[in-house]
Amino acid sequence: MLSRTAANLYWIGRHMERAEFTTRLIEATIRLDSLLAQPKVEEAWKSALAVVGSAPDPSSEALGAFGGRRFLALSLDNPSSVKSCLSAARDNARAARNVLTQEIWEAINRAWLLIRDRASPGGTQSTLNMVEELKAETRGFEGALARMLRNEAYWFLRLGSLVERGDNTARLLDVKYFLLLPDGEQVGGLRDRDQWMTLLHVVSGRTAYRTIYRQALQPWLIADLLIFRKELPRSLAAAATETVAILAEFGDMSGLQGEADRLARRRLGRLEDGTIEELLAEGLHESLGRFMRENAALDAAIANQFRFA
Amino acid sequence: MAARPAFDELWGASAGEEVRAGFEPLGEWLRETSAAELDRRQHAAEAAFRSLGITFNVYGEDEAAERIIPFDIIPRILSAGEWARLSAGLEQRVHAINAFVDDVYGARKILADGVVPADIVLGNEQFCVPVAGARPPHGVYAHICGIDLVRTGPDEFYVLEDNARTPSGVSYMIENREAMLRLCPELFERLAVRPVDTYPELLRDTLQSVAPDGAVQPRCVLLTPGHYNSAFYEHSFLANNMGIELVEGRDLEVDDDIVWMRTIDGRVRVDVIYRRIDDAFIDPLVFRPDSMLGVSGLMAAYLAGNVTLVNAPGTGIADDKAIYSYMPDIVRYYTGEEPRLPNVETWRCREPASLQYTLDHLDELVVKLVDGSGGYGMLVGPTASRAEIEAFRAALIAQPQRYIAQPTLALSTIPTITDKGIVPRHVDFRPFVLTGSSGVTTVPGGLTRVALREGSLVVNSSQGGGTKDSFVLDGERAATAGST
Repeated sequence: MLSRTAANLYWIGRHMERAEFTTRLIEATIRLDSLLAQPKVEEAWKSALAVVGSAPDPSSEALGAFGGRRFLALSLDNPSSVKSCLSAARDNARAARNVLTQEIWEAINRAWLLIRDRASPGGTQSTLNMVEELKAETRGFEGALARMLRNEAYWFLRLGSLVERGDNTARLLDVKYFLLLPDGEQVGGLRDRDQWMTLLHVVSGRTAYRTIYRQALQPWLIADLLIFRKELPRSLAAAATETVAILAEFGDMSGLQGEADRLARRRLGRLEDGTIEELLAEGLHESLGRFMRENAALDAAIANQFRFA
Repeated sequence: MAARPAFDELWGASAGEEVRAGFEPLGEWLRETSAAELDRRQHAAEAAFRSLGITFNVYGEDEAAERIIPFDIIPRILSAGEWARLSAGLEQRVHAINAFVDDVYGARKILADGVVPADIVLGNEQFCVPVAGARPPHGVYAHICGIDLVRTGPDEFYVLEDNARTPSGVSYMIENREAMLRLCPELFERLAVRPVDTYPELLRDTLQSVAPDGAVQPRCVLLTPGHYNSAFYEHSFLANNMGIELVEGRDLEVDDDIVWMRTIDGRVRVDVIYRRIDDAFIDPLVFRPDSMLGVSGLMAAYLAGNVTLVNAPGTGIADDKAIYSYMPDIVRYYTGEEPRLPNVETWRCREPASLQYTLDHLDELVVKLVDGSGGYGMLVGPTASRAEIEAFRAALIAQPQRYIAQPTLALSTIPTITDKGIVPRHVDFRPFVLTGSSGVTTVPGGLTRVALREGSLVVNSSQGGGTKDSFVLDGERAATAGST
């Protein structure tokens, strides 16, 4: 396979994953925002923007709910907006069209057509409708992916999704944890509970939490779920496990392994041996920061190993 | 134009009275199938092309709109006898084209013998100085030619243009047939039609046959300008059907005059490049330095004989419109035979008497820029406005050497489905001719282009033309064939 084709597939995976993540973040923030008193609404959207790691022009101070929804969903100035991600994914898909299944191409194209001509997020309800449709299209993409032949094209698409997923989950947890527990205090009132539910919603983890822990929301258990529990597909451990497996498939085919394999295995080893207690003792923010740096190093190593750096 | 009834490929000169001999099954099919049913299939065809993504971009339109080329389900038919004569003429002509290119970049005998004026060749923008003296494997330069033919009567076929650079349209030949097989299967029960889907395989064999000496299991690739190019669908279609890599310039690198492709397993050596990028863009070190599409050092690798380029650089000298008028002499010179396919009568405006004739008859003639293509820079006298004619007159007087003039031909028509029902529309025909180490072959078929506007003679897809399937009948397989 051409290195350029591999890069296009990898970036389709990353952009589609991020589009879905941002979509879910918008949905969860709208939910949170509806539970909050007016002055706190601004905070809810600010924290959502912090999660995607990009902020609008500081001169446009009062972002508010409408501006937040617009910036996250539709702004082309925001590389993490749903529209930016789908546009980039479609561009990559056009260039790699000859190695994509018809189904994958159609799923990406449909998602893009859905948002291409939207200039305004409309009212809250209108945004929620759009979010529902977008979620349906991204599920269509995941379904098409699941039906693909397990070959190089599939592996690159998956690798991109997994690297992106690891980054998104870590960032989400980092921002929310940091905001909610500024001084390491215990989780308290109703508002905190809402915040934590928001976080679980973004990673499709509400039912998972109840099933696994069978107790009231505890911040350290939520961190445990998102970091260590392989049962949750969006956890760091699940992403790390599958990344190692896919890189091993490449290795079996070519007989070669490289820096990416080594980094991925080392990361997985740490997640398998670690516990939430140790992690909290070390400092969650520091640990998540390290995870994100390692994830970025893995991304670079993959590009190097497959020669699309 | 309306006063001159054109020859119809289905009805001959009978004006709808009697189908030409051998084509009765198509006449019956048209009679039996209701207008509503034809309409339904027509729409089904368009929907199929759209969902396959068989689109092309029209330059100059906003956002380089992705459009499908309109497809008409009433096919053109060529009898076995007609095809035998056509293909013999095509092969003769393409043989001469390759001999001509080989000669002008080599010994230049034809110039020394005064058959073609030397200044027209050596002073031509299409004459590619860097390749003079470099002979590609087997002396083949124009491996793929798309020869544009027009017809004015039962036995009157003319060559309108020789496309010897990077002719496109062959994917439509194959996809149009796929659509017809799906939508009108009964036609293939009634008519013995020769297949066209052998083309990708023949093309791959052709590419492999011209690999540099010593290449064992030669690696062939298709070089595309990328997915913004108007013909990208065709590039990806051909690469997939041949089972070769579809590469862009940035996927290739030249090291010590050897071409490599960058893959996830490392560099892989490339032997043959079917390039769909114009000469001017293939190597920024030799041609346009601003080209982002090409590969630095590619020409050096080619001149060193380490890679074959298909078509070879410099073939534009053979399909140049200024050279065109000499083609009958070129065919005679290299084959020793009379041309089997005549040219359209052509006035070279560089010659004073021809210029005068052209200026005196602008309202009857088609005037073309010798360096224009795609139907741009062209005057169709009989349908042009007075202002357009006067603008061309001024341009002609200013730079006569840039123009040629031809009579307006009464191009043949084929019944075509339009808003006004089934009506005759003018067509041309582009068969594709392949030349490899073992000679010249033509797949029995081609691209029939149809001018969808009433009375229009411009069939280019960029100017609102459509396409039809082209049936070549099998003379041996069925009694219906070979009747003329």
